[in-house]
Amino acid sequence: MKKIIVITGILFIASLVMLSFRAEPVTPANYPALPRDSVGSVKAFMSVYKVLMSSRCMNCHPSGESPLQGDDNHIHTMNVKRGVDGKGLYAARCSNCHQAENTAGLHMPPGNPKWGLPPANMRMVFQGRTPRQLALQLLDPKQNGGRTKAQLIDHMAKDDLVGWAWHPGDGRTLPPMSRPAFAAQVRLWIAKGAYAPSIKTK
Amino acid sequence: MINITVNGQHHDVDADPNMPLLWVIRDIIGLTGTKYGCGAAQCGACTVHLNGEAVRSCVTKINRAAGQNIVTIEGLSINNNHPLQLAWNEMNVPQCGYCQSGQLMSAAVLLRENLNPTDQDIDDAMSGNICRCGTYQRIRAAIHKAADIQREGAKI
Repeated sequence: MKKIIVITGILFIASLVMLSFRAEPVTPANYPALPRDSVGSVKAFMSVYKVLMSSRCMNCHPSGESPLQGDDNHIHTMNVKRGVDGKGLYAARCSNCHQAENTAGLHMPPGNPKWGLPPANMRMVFQGRTPRQLALQLLDPKQNGGRTKAQLIDHMAKDDLVGWAWHPGDGRTLPPMSRPAFAAQVRLWIAKGAYAPSIKTK
Repeated sequence: MINITVNGQHHDVDADPNMPLLWVIRDIIGLTGTKYGCGAAQCGACTVHLNGEAVRSCVTKINRAAGQNIVTIEGLSINNNHPLQLAWNEMNVPQCGYCQSGQLMSAAVLLRENLNPTDQDIDDAMSGNICRCGTYQRIRAAIHKAADIQREGAKI
């Protein structure tokens, strides 16, 4: 009798696990699936959060309509604006000063072919977001540019404009960890269940 | 050789691909209406149009302009009769004048895209063009005036 109860229990748990995978498919083709681990997932996200809130990332994810500059996150000189497409307005388009690559020298315009802010209809604000708010925002396709979790990992790990943060040009501080380490933490966060930190986490 | 078109004229330029467009315009082609201000895309004095956009030519390498259309202050109009130039004259905007070609080139993009700009639109478009003489109020008034002239011209 005991054996039957144990076997039934194991089958029940196994079916629950399978159902949970079916509800939110996690396949090796998308990203490595690890056992769900809320503590480990949140720990990984907090590393990700520190990078996203560093100046090289946050300055182009402002809460207002102007980008930020410097390690003190001051509003961009000339008070340039986001515009509808995130590329500026009128005579103050981003690419009018920012080239496809960094311009050499201290205080010279940094550059990338995709230089700009998120567009007005998908503002992807980092500035001022708590860890929980940012985690939930990043996971919400309505707020993250329509990305699945796999696409989110891909964006963080491979996108060229994201990668600029680690090649920011003369005199600019780097994010607090390397790009591969950052990408690894993003993968861990999601592979362990993509948990959002609690409200109290700062 | 790098081929560029400046004010409708083709030029084959023998220059380092990293040479700033401003150097080419002033020192090789000889159009000196565009001014060197800061050399760091901070002041707007060197503004020219690259395929219609108001780029800072001091940080734009000639390589980026290869095969593209450039318009400088000398090519803004045929007879100095762009609505902005008429308004600038009428309102006596310049003081020393050094920044004014850049101001006009930026304002021209604004007026092309917005036929009736508000003060806020003007701030948004023109804040990257600095004037040490402080002619900002006259620039603002002249852009409004130019918008009037442009609209009147459109009615004719």
